[in-house]
Amino acid sequence: MNPAGAFKIRIDGVGRSFGHDGRAAPALVDIRLDVPAGELLCLLGPSGCGKSTLLNIIAGFIPPTEGRVLVDGQPVRGPGADRGVVFQEYVLFPWLTVAENVEFGPLLKGTPAAERRRLIARYLDMVGLTPHADKFPVQLSGGMKQRVAIARALANHPSIVLMDEPFGALDAQTREVMQEELSRIQRLEPKTIVFVTHSIREAVYLGDRVVVMTSAPGRIKDVFTIKLPEVRDRFAPEFTRYESEITRVLKEEVAKVRE
Amino acid sequence: MIRALALLLVLAAWAAVAYGNRALGIMNPVLLPTPGEAAAVAIELTRDGSLPRHVGVSLRRVGEGFGLATLAALALGFLVAVCAPIRLMLEPVIEFIRPIPPLAFLPMFLVWFGLGETSKVAFIGYTTFFPMFVGITASLLRVDVMLLRAAASLGASRLALLRHVVLPAALPGIVVALRLGFGLALFVIVGAEFMGADAGLGYLIMEGRTFFNPAQIVMGALLLGALGSLVNALLQAAERRVLRLRTLL
Repeated sequence: MNPAGAFKIRIDGVGRSFGHDGRAAPALVDIRLDVPAGELLCLLGPSGCGKSTLLNIIAGFIPPTEGRVLVDGQPVRGPGADRGVVFQEYVLFPWLTVAENVEFGPLLKGTPAAERRRLIARYLDMVGLTPHADKFPVQLSGGMKQRVAIARALANHPSIVLMDEPFGALDAQTREVMQEELSRIQRLEPKTIVFVTHSIREAVYLGDRVVVMTSAPGRIKDVFTIKLPEVRDRFAPEFTRYESEITRVLKEEVAKVRE
Repeated sequence: MIRALALLLVLAAWAAVAYGNRALGIMNPVLLPTPGEAAAVAIELTRDGSLPRHVGVSLRRVGEGFGLATLAALALGFLVAVCAPIRLMLEPVIEFIRPIPPLAFLPMFLVWFGLGETSKVAFIGYTTFFPMFVGITASLLRVDVMLLRAAASLGASRLALLRHVVLPAALPGIVVALRLGFGLALFVIVGAEFMGADAGLGYLIMEGRTFFNPAQIVMGALLLGALGSLVNALLQAAERRVLRLRTLL
């Protein structure tokens, strides 16, 4: 059933260079990672470390220049409905209402109208936006837009959700609320999630594992397995211990960028 | 209300100048027709049925030429947006022909398509095609790549991307291109009817020149203005209905 073993995603020696001719600059070098089904994996690193590039490669938006990504044992050849994506800038369809954005994927699949209505109701309720179903994206705040984007991704029933700094554009309070929502939704309807962030707190709060990347060119520096309860307390001593440990490792990389 | 008031003010100013000229004798009054004289010509020509006929003929030519140009601009625009090699081949050709003032080709259109309807329709189609094609292509090509990525990761095929993302995202730009094209069509119909026509508003204006009737010229020009703003208002209303989003932005 799963030729690559028990892994949902296998990142197999992936590298990516930008530019052409002899002057190609490497952005990612030899990334090897296996993500088991149902795991929430955080990619953490200084800006420009290639973590978003890696996510774009898994999504199939750009091809790797070396190695390959396997999903359920099959090499990724382009974007697909099995991998939902949540972007930092939301990227909702501005000409569609909230409800129409949510049913976009199911509509493409030819899901019947009654089933689509059920999906809209279920996922808008999950992200707490039922009263705003008929609004357009321009009428929503940043946090609400990102909830729509999450509902849109989940309503399409992907087995993997790729999130590229989804809460990066939100204010600190909204950001924590959204992290709590995501953690709740993940317990409700577990997915394999790859979550890119540059916030250590966010990574420790959400991640089953946290992958720390080096500054450019991006390599894997360290992988932390977060052994904390499902519902996490940001003020627990163990939480803080992970935070400071990862901070120490990451600081070396940030320092390198400044040199 | 304010719009109507502004138009009334312009009318009042025209009347003041024209009747003032008549009273003070600054210029030969025949050269500066009054609103009353223009209205009299309009009433007379409406009574004998010729004015509605001229308007109908002109509008029909505009409609047909604009319709053909719209179909061509949409078809080629989509082709260019979808297929890069076609774009690379078409662009230099179109950019070479586009800057040539279409009126320079008008005599050739009469030679090729004769004095009948075909030459007028073809000329309007030719003139309006270029700005609409450029506008449509630009709106199609400027669609945000992130929207395409979002749709592709929701399972959209190439065809679905075109129908569900590229088309709606480009629609505001396409509608503006069509509106500009229609305005241009009204613009050039007069030129087309100056030469080798026996009906239409351009012909009516030319007839006013030939028989030295400035009131008829002014009336024809004003009628074109009225038709242009009427059609523009209709197109804008249609645009608002199509783009419900517009009211929010």
